Amino acid sequence: MSVLVDKFDVFAGGFWLTLQICVLAAIGALILGAVVAVLRISPVPPLRALGTAYVTIFRNMPLTVVMFFAAFALPALGSNADFLRIPVLDVVFTRLSTDLPYFRFALIALVLYTAAFVCEALRSGVNAVSPGQAEAARSLGLTFGQNLRYVVLPQSWKASIVPLGSVIIAMIKNSALIGFFGVVGDLSATADQLTGAEGYAFIPVAIGISIGYLIMTVPLGALLDRIEQRQAVAAR
Amino acid sequence: MTGEALIVLENVNKWFGPLHVLQDVDLSVARGEVVVVIGPSGSGKSTLCRAINRLEPINSGTIIFDGQPLPAEGRALARLRSEVGMVFQSFNLFAHKTILQNVMLGPIKVRKEKAAVVRDRAMSLLERVGIANQADKYPAQLSGGQQQRVAIARALAMQPKALLFDEPTSALDPEMVGEVLDVMTSLAKEGMTMVVVTHEMGFARHAADRVVFMADGQLVEQAAPEEFFANPRSDRAKDFLSKILTH
Repeated sequence: MSVLVDKFDVFAGGFWLTLQICVLAAIGALILGAVVAVLRISPVPPLRALGTAYVTIFRNMPLTVVMFFAAFALPALGSNADFLRIPVLDVVFTRLSTDLPYFRFALIALVLYTAAFVCEALRSGVNAVSPGQAEAARSLGLTFGQNLRYVVLPQSWKASIVPLGSVIIAMIKNSALIGFFGVVGDLSATADQLTGAEGYAFIPVAIGISIGYLIMTVPLGALLDRIEQRQAVAAR
Repeated sequence: MTGEALIVLENVNKWFGPLHVLQDVDLSVARGEVVVVIGPSGSGKSTLCRAINRLEPINSGTIIFDGQPLPAEGRALARLRSEVGMVFQSFNLFAHKTILQNVMLGPIKVRKEKAAVVRDRAMSLLERVGIANQADKYPAQLSGGQQQRVAIARALAMQPKALLFDEPTSALDPEMVGEVLDVMTSLAKEGMTMVVVTHEMGFARHAADRVVFMADGQLVEQAAPEEFFANPRSDRAKDFLSKILTH
C-alpha cells in the first residue's frame, strides 16, 4: 500500500486533471442539455424533431464510440477543436490550450454524450409540473418562452435536480474512459502509469484510484440526498 | 341580446382519435351575453370552451373572436388569448407565486404595464373578490373557493373582452360554490361576455342570457333559461333535466 504515499503526487495530479475535465464537461453538458431540452418541448415540430434526434443518437451510442468519433472524425475534418481555447478559462484549465488536442476531444465527447441525459433529466422535471400550470399561463397570453421562464422552469428544477445529479455522477465515472483516448495523466490513466511503467501492484493502485473518484462522487450524492429530504419536507 | 357577435363558431369539428367530440358545432356569442353550456359528462362542453382560445385545437371549421379568425400557435395567438380570460376547474394558480404575483404576472409580462399600476388594479380586483387580505399568501394556503376567486381576479386583471369558465365550481366543496357563483353573477350583471360550462342549474337559471344544451358532441338546443328549463324541446334535454332536477 506504500504506493499511495510514495506516489501521492501522481494520484493527486490524476485527480486534479479528472476534476478539471468533469467540471468543464458538467458545465458544457448542462448548457447544451438545456438547449436540447427546450428544443424537445418546443411547440415547433421541426425543432422538436431535432431535439429528439439528438437524444436518440447520443443516448443510445456507447460513450467509447462517441470518443472515437471525437478523436478521429474531428482531425479528419481538419479541426483540432481550437474553439475550446477559451480565453481566461484556459488559464485555469491549462489543458484546454495545450497543443495536444486530446483533452479537448475528450471534453467534446463527454459533453455531447452527457447532454442527452441532462436533457432527459430536465424534461422529466418539466413533465412533473402539472399541465394546468402551463395552460393557465398560455390562457393569459404568455408566449412559449415566457411560459417556460416564469411558470414552468421555476417549478420544474426541483423535480430535475436529483436526476440531474445522478447524470453528473455517472458522467464523472464515465470520464475514466478519457485515459484510453490519449488524455495523459487523468486519474484512470494513473493505473497504467504506475502498474505498467513503474511496476507497482495493481490492487493498491486501483484502491487509490477508487478513493479519488469517491472523493468526487460521494459528496455529490450526499448533497442530492440532502436536497431530496428538504423537498420531501417542503412537499408536505 | 342584440349586440354584435364577439365569438362565432362555424361548423366546428374535433376528434380525439376515433371519438367525434365536437360535431358541426355552430355557436355565436354576442358582446355582453352570458351563455351557459350544460349537458351530460363527455358531451364536449369543456372541449367547446377550450376550443375558443385554442387550448384545444379543432380539426375543421372556423372560430372567430372579435372579427378575427383564431391564429395558429405563436405570438398572434398569445395576443388573442390575452383578451380572453379563462377560469379552470382546477384553478391552476401558479403554485410558486403569491396570490398578488399570480394576478400581476399577466399584465406585467404580457402587456408590459408598469408594476405600480398593475399592483393597484390587482389589489382592487382582489378586494372585489374578497381576498385582498390574503394577497401575500401562496395558493396552497387558500381554500378551493378562495383559489377560484383569485383565478377569476387573475383573468380579470388582463381586462379581457370575454371570460371562459370551464366547470369553475366542480372541484369545490359544496359550501364554497356559492362564493364563486356570487362573483360570477356580479360579473354577468356588469355586462361581461361569458361562456360558462357548468352543472350549476341555479346559476344557469338566474344569470344566463341563454342556455346551450350539448350532448354527444352536438349542440342539441339553445334557449333562454326560463324557456329551456320549463319547456325543453328535445328528448335528450328532457331526459337530462329529469335526471338532475328530481332530487
